[in-house]
Amino acid sequence: MTPPPPGTTDVASAETEAGGSASTPPTPPSAPPALSPVELSRWAWRQLTSMRTALVLLFLLALAAVPGSVVPQQNIDAAKVLAWQRAHPSLTPVYERLGLFSVYGSPWFSAIYILLMVSLVGCVVPRLRIYWRAARARPPAVPRRLSRLPEFRTFEVEDGPAAALARAEAVLRRRRYRVVVRPAADGGAVSAEKGYLREAGNLLFHLSVLVVLVGFAYGQLFGYKGGVITIVGQDFSNTLSQYDDFAPGRLFSPDDLDPLSFTVDDFRVSWLTSGPEMGQPESFDANITYRTTPDAPARHHDLAVNHPLSAGSTDVFLVGHGYAPVVTVRGGDGKVAYQGPVVFLPEDSSFMSAGVIKVPDAAPQQLAFQGFFLPTYGFTMSRGPFSQFPDALDPVLSLVPYHGNLGLDSGQPQSVYALDTSHLSTYPNADPRLGPSKRVKLSLGQTVALPRGQGSIRFDGVQRWVKLQVSHTPGKEVALAGVLLGILGLMGSLFIRPRRAWVRVSRAPSAPEGPRRTVMELGGLDRSSGGDLAEEVDELERLLKTARTTDGPADVPDVPADPEKEHA
Amino acid sequence: MSTADFAAFSDNAVMFASLVYILAFLSHLTEWVLLRSLPVPEQGALARASVPVGASSGPSELSEGQPGETDARVRAPDTSQEQELRVERFGRIGVALTVVGCALHLAALVTRGLGSDPIRVPWGNMYEFTLAGTFGVSVMYLALMKRHHLRWMGALVTGFLVVVLMLDVLVLYQDAGPLVPALHSYWLAVHVLAAVIASGAFSVGALALVLFLAKDRAERRGTLRPRGYLSRLPEAVALERVAYRLNAFGFPIWTFAALVAGPIWAEYAWGSYWNWDPKEVWAFITWVIYAAYLHARATAGWRGKAASVIALVAFASLLFNFVGINYFFGGGSLHSYAR
Repeated sequence: MTPPPPGTTDVASAETEAGGSASTPPTPPSAPPALSPVELSRWAWRQLTSMRTALVLLFLLALAAVPGSVVPQQNIDAAKVLAWQRAHPSLTPVYERLGLFSVYGSPWFSAIYILLMVSLVGCVVPRLRIYWRAARARPPAVPRRLSRLPEFRTFEVEDGPAAALARAEAVLRRRRYRVVVRPAADGGAVSAEKGYLREAGNLLFHLSVLVVLVGFAYGQLFGYKGGVITIVGQDFSNTLSQYDDFAPGRLFSPDDLDPLSFTVDDFRVSWLTSGPEMGQPESFDANITYRTTPDAPARHHDLAVNHPLSAGSTDVFLVGHGYAPVVTVRGGDGKVAYQGPVVFLPEDSSFMSAGVIKVPDAAPQQLAFQGFFLPTYGFTMSRGPFSQFPDALDPVLSLVPYHGNLGLDSGQPQSVYALDTSHLSTYPNADPRLGPSKRVKLSLGQTVALPRGQGSIRFDGVQRWVKLQVSHTPGKEVALAGVLLGILGLMGSLFIRPRRAWVRVSRAPSAPEGPRRTVMELGGLDRSSGGDLAEEVDELERLLKTARTTDGPADVPDVPADPEKEHA
Repeated sequence: MSTADFAAFSDNAVMFASLVYILAFLSHLTEWVLLRSLPVPEQGALARASVPVGASSGPSELSEGQPGETDARVRAPDTSQEQELRVERFGRIGVALTVVGCALHLAALVTRGLGSDPIRVPWGNMYEFTLAGTFGVSVMYLALMKRHHLRWMGALVTGFLVVVLMLDVLVLYQDAGPLVPALHSYWLAVHVLAAVIASGAFSVGALALVLFLAKDRAERRGTLRPRGYLSRLPEAVALERVAYRLNAFGFPIWTFAALVAGPIWAEYAWGSYWNWDPKEVWAFITWVIYAAYLHARATAGWRGKAASVIALVAFASLLFNFVGINYFFGGGSLHSYAR
């Protein structure tokens, strides 16, 4: 029938590697564990590969996956981890020691699934061997007492034993059984078996779990995932220095980066302007021009959610967008110290965005501004300034100006979204009831001068930025193929019913004046605990009886009902 | 009809579907109440002799597990003939009403999709998932009723549908509207449809398992009351087998929904096929526990009660994933648009 799936030898070698206990043939019937190391390791291996252990490990795996959905995870949302750690200073060291901030890479999580895989291999490999033999074996001989089987029928037919035997063989073959005929004097028997693919499906499913794991692990080790915020109109080239955040696999090397480059040409977004979901984005997309290598011809792609760019082995996804207000800042000396867009990060669905403008070149004092960009300005006494709508209909910058030393020369790296205020001071508010620090409000095109002639800021315009994710995930095709094979195997192992059927044919006790009578006994066995064996045996019985009309005359009335027939 | 008309029609259809399900529930309750006045035949003794109602031809594959009421009809003395007919009538009315409710339910779903501008699949938020999920339960029950003789589940299934639909309307209701951009994909149809079908099968399977555990316990303790509901159910073995088949049917579909369609879509929408998002984690947990159930059921010593408890734990985690993630994790999940 079917050979076991490819990769058998790999798995077999994995068994010896992973098992530790080098010799692991199916051990003889269990004895109490002896103290000798070999015996002990055999006993341990048997325990590990037992179904009970597998069940316990499955439960542990389910249980161990839970904390990762509750505690923020480092490799998923590092910012949220930081926020959580700030909020729970006493729990943080404990959680850190337990690896709760990266559950799915932690030693205990790995231990569970590695043990599970070892257990799986230890369980499947011996079964592969058994299946290899069973799949080529002939259906077993007829049991002496067919009436002991779960389903049993007996009936008489009118042709000779040889014809009846041939018919039984034909019927079973037509029902796609594997058939062995064992003729005997005055009759004989047919053994039949089908549903060999069930165990093949079972084995395929378990092996494909390994395939998925290999594909997944390969992607985790050799792949990378980087995020970059690009202002519309700007270029990106695929080098490490261009990324805002970058998560490489453990075995990733920077040489693996494809020489991809692109320009974000424009960005469009439309919002729902009415209805209960007002303010929800309807769609957004960005046109980009890209080259797979610096010499390659430029091509265009319309990048949108659910419509990524696949360039070679690198994929580019549009994962977010926001506003970058364009400002001109002059220092106390009147010279332009900064001009250009500054990326502000959206804080909520109204796109109220927070950001920092650092102006190290302002003279005589360095300047900085921290505050919010409000795409559609709104104000109430209770809420203060807020954004009414995510689109830039009435954009306003609401900023707190700082002066002093930005601390950029200290050598410590700084985030462009955070301000180190230790050497900076604000301007006092003219009206102290409005708070201690002066805040400036800028509408589009407006200029505000800082107190004491220390400079000015002008709100020139609004640009948009897109957050792009560039990633390379090798092995995903392997993982997909693995899951699909797994489902195929699963369906085989769940829905194919392995069955055995036996037919014994013998001459009826001689009835001298009647036509020649032959007794057929039919027994069935379901090897999978499925429920509908009776249906199949009924059908076989019907076929065995009705096929007779083609072989000979059927004008003889039916035999008297036999007690067993009540089953029908 | 305009878009708004369709949306309003959908809301009405949900209400009427719920009302019809309530009537079906009452009808099945009446069936069971009336049955109490009839003697229960000995289990098994008559199972083969009686022809199950609704099974038009062929021998029953669950021959030992037919509805008690038909057994009663065969054995009961002539005086209760009229009573049997009444029982039978209420049972049939219950099923007929469930079919009507299911049709209204379908109409509610279709018009919900037409009532959104632009037209879309009717499962873009929690209200609609629940609407579609309960429809899955209803269809699964009706589709399998004939083959597996599930009429004894009627009261339980219709009761379940009524409660969940009511909660859906009261707690989760949202006006029909367009989808967020992340859902603009045909994988929405594939991924959610598969999840809904699997959830429907798992739900009916879990209901059958609850009855199995109750009946199994009563059988083992010998506390089966002769006129009780439990004594009218199919034998414990048959209950367990129906539940197993439903779960075995749901499992590959769940695998497809959670581990094929989901990751493929995630790859397109979020740039990574597996993000350890809470919803993904819990779909994986559910998958692992159902896998444990299938293993346990194939293992001597775990079959029956222990395996059934595992399946119910898996169902609990399915429910938690469906509702709990969106409530307790909220915006922390990438699936948070599914409010």
